Amino acid sequence: MDLLRLATAGSVDDGKSTLIGRLLYDAKAVLADQLAHVEERSVDGLDLALLTDGLRAEREQGITIDVAYRSFATPRRRFILADCPGHQQYTRNMVTGASTADLALLLVDARAGLTEQSRRHATIAALLRIRHVIVAVNKMDLVGYSEEAFDDAVRQVCELAANIGLEGVEFIPISALHGDNVVERSAAMPWYDGPPLLERLETIPVEPPAVHGARLPVQLVLRGSNGTRWAAGRLAAGTLKAGDEVVLLPSGVRSRIAEVRDADGPAEAVEAPLSVSVRFEDEVDIARGELIATDPPSVSRELSATLCWLGDRPVRERDRFVLKHGTRAVPARLEAIEGRIDFGSLDWPAAEELRLNDIAHVKLRLGGEVAADAYAQCHATGAFILIDEATNDTVAAGMIRSHRPEGDASGSSTRDYVGA
Amino acid sequence: MTAVAMPALSHLRALEAEAIHVLREVAAEREKPALLFSGGKDSIVLVRLAQKAFAPGAVPFPLLHVDTGHNFPEVIAFRDRMVTERGLKLLVASVQKSIDSGRVQEETGPRASRNRLQTVTLLDAIEEHGLDACFGGARRDEERSRAKERVLSLRDDFGQWDPRRQRPELWDLYNARVRRGEHLRAFPISNWTELDVWQYIAAEELELPGIYLAHEREVFERDGMLYAVSDFVTLIDGETPFSASVRYRTVGDMSCTGAVRSTATSLTEVVAEIAATDITERGQTRADDRASEAAMEDRKREGYF
Repeated sequence: MDLLRLATAGSVDDGKSTLIGRLLYDAKAVLADQLAHVEERSVDGLDLALLTDGLRAEREQGITIDVAYRSFATPRRRFILADCPGHQQYTRNMVTGASTADLALLLVDARAGLTEQSRRHATIAALLRIRHVIVAVNKMDLVGYSEEAFDDAVRQVCELAANIGLEGVEFIPISALHGDNVVERSAAMPWYDGPPLLERLETIPVEPPAVHGARLPVQLVLRGSNGTRWAAGRLAAGTLKAGDEVVLLPSGVRSRIAEVRDADGPAEAVEAPLSVSVRFEDEVDIARGELIATDPPSVSRELSATLCWLGDRPVRERDRFVLKHGTRAVPARLEAIEGRIDFGSLDWPAAEELRLNDIAHVKLRLGGEVAADAYAQCHATGAFILIDEATNDTVAAGMIRSHRPEGDASGSSTRDYVGA
Repeated sequence: MTAVAMPALSHLRALEAEAIHVLREVAAEREKPALLFSGGKDSIVLVRLAQKAFAPGAVPFPLLHVDTGHNFPEVIAFRDRMVTERGLKLLVASVQKSIDSGRVQEETGPRASRNRLQTVTLLDAIEEHGLDACFGGARRDEERSRAKERVLSLRDDFGQWDPRRQRPELWDLYNARVRRGEHLRAFPISNWTELDVWQYIAAEELELPGIYLAHEREVFERDGMLYAVSDFVTLIDGETPFSASVRYRTVGDMSCTGAVRSTATSLTEVVAEIAATDITERGQTRADDRASEAAMEDRKREGYF
């Protein structure tokens, strides 16, 4: 049984909590005492949305204010579901929940079609390059299970998807309230010949990163018996085994792997995304923050990135932060805000500052070198966070679009991996 | 993993890799972590994960046990044997000492529990030992407010959790920074379920305190739960002790942890029972979570585990 991470997003009244409650309930991931609790609090019938509201303020106000993580399993797959709130002011939570997702489940109300919030969520899914997107067109019961209403929603989403570069979108007409096409195929929509939602969630493939070569960010160095030194970390991409020629970055030192270990001890080979440790043939000097790589990426002090601003205080050009990329932390300066997305027009007009929930194209200058891939090639080595040193808050999520290789002052060979 | 053959990237392997990553990240970024050890199954899994994370080296931090004085004796015996056999360092913080020194006042009455008092003892121990991070075995499937808590949960210098001011956690980029006086609670097995934990225990053939397997015990029924007869509980009129075959799903104080009827005497049988159960472990066996709608959330805000 493998593991699929999915994130759900929808507008306030799209029925997302009801859908999740329905999935958990029909997958038998809700136990009797939890159900009794919901029954007690339900006003009219069984309100499955109550299953996912965790905090006191949420129950009092009837809203969802933070990402909630739910685990459930079917006989075919184990799921970790990040339930992201729909309100605009919690867009940062959608970014957070979606950052680890293999799949985004977006809800659209069959009556309302694409709302401002749905557009925003779909755009975030595209920017975060979530591999699979399922659009659940909900509340089909309220449009008489009409194929035309479904087709209309599909058309709207497809137009948007073409604009924002969202690929691999699939559509399922559902009624979360009545359970149509959630776990069981709906008898009310004979015109739909695809699988119900849960079956699709169980069968959709989980792919490895597209990057060539191995990527091992070093978390710490462990000492074994006889003074052996082991570089430990979580393999972000690829495989490593004894005899592999590797490069340590940013130092550029070359070495060869002598031995690899996984969680169970010495191993033939180790593969992503396992937590591993490796020993070198020679006495190389290695420390936390370095990247062990084959087919290595280039090293840079300048990054072009898409930045999601998560902090409460606005940011302007020249502001300084700590950038954490993999296991490496370096000083960073916001060199330029090149454009901030307008979710309505999907343009990136110029902006003076970034506020909470803004997403922008930026340039960063770093106080130390990082070895990075484009986010599109490998999420783990193409993503970073910015930390405000005064408060220690995590204030931004970044995705690298391109970086300028060290020693290339002209910028003419800047590698732009991602269009847009 | 020896007992159960698993394909390369089973869900347990994925969860294990994630947990080890968190353990290593906090150990690398914080100066003085400790692992909160209760003797329960989750903290026993956590110890195994810590050993794996730092092998071939030793676990670079101590275990911290908040000892309520109302423990199951089997659990204390297990704890002492385990730390000796595995060469681990153990710190013990005593709730009894907190009571004796007047830091906290003991609850009275037949339903008295030391559960809530633990918070003061824990925070005192964190201060005394200068700890800046504590690993805990809490899981998001345990309870509603835990589903909303981050893997790295920041606590202020009063040990308080503020659910509205949590750091966003993106990808596997954890922000483990703290200011003086603050500390982190780190939950490496956040995404595990009770069944995952049991499957892992079976796969790893981990030893557990005997109370997790079915055994004959003197119990009595209260509020629909079975409690062990012990020096820490006073029977109320009408409560009659009887002998039953039981096991425990969680390990807390004898005064607030209920047993379930069971004949499962092997790990395989326990896993089968857990897979078939229709009630959550905390709902079934923990009086401390039944106190109110937001019992756990309130205790967490005060600095509880």
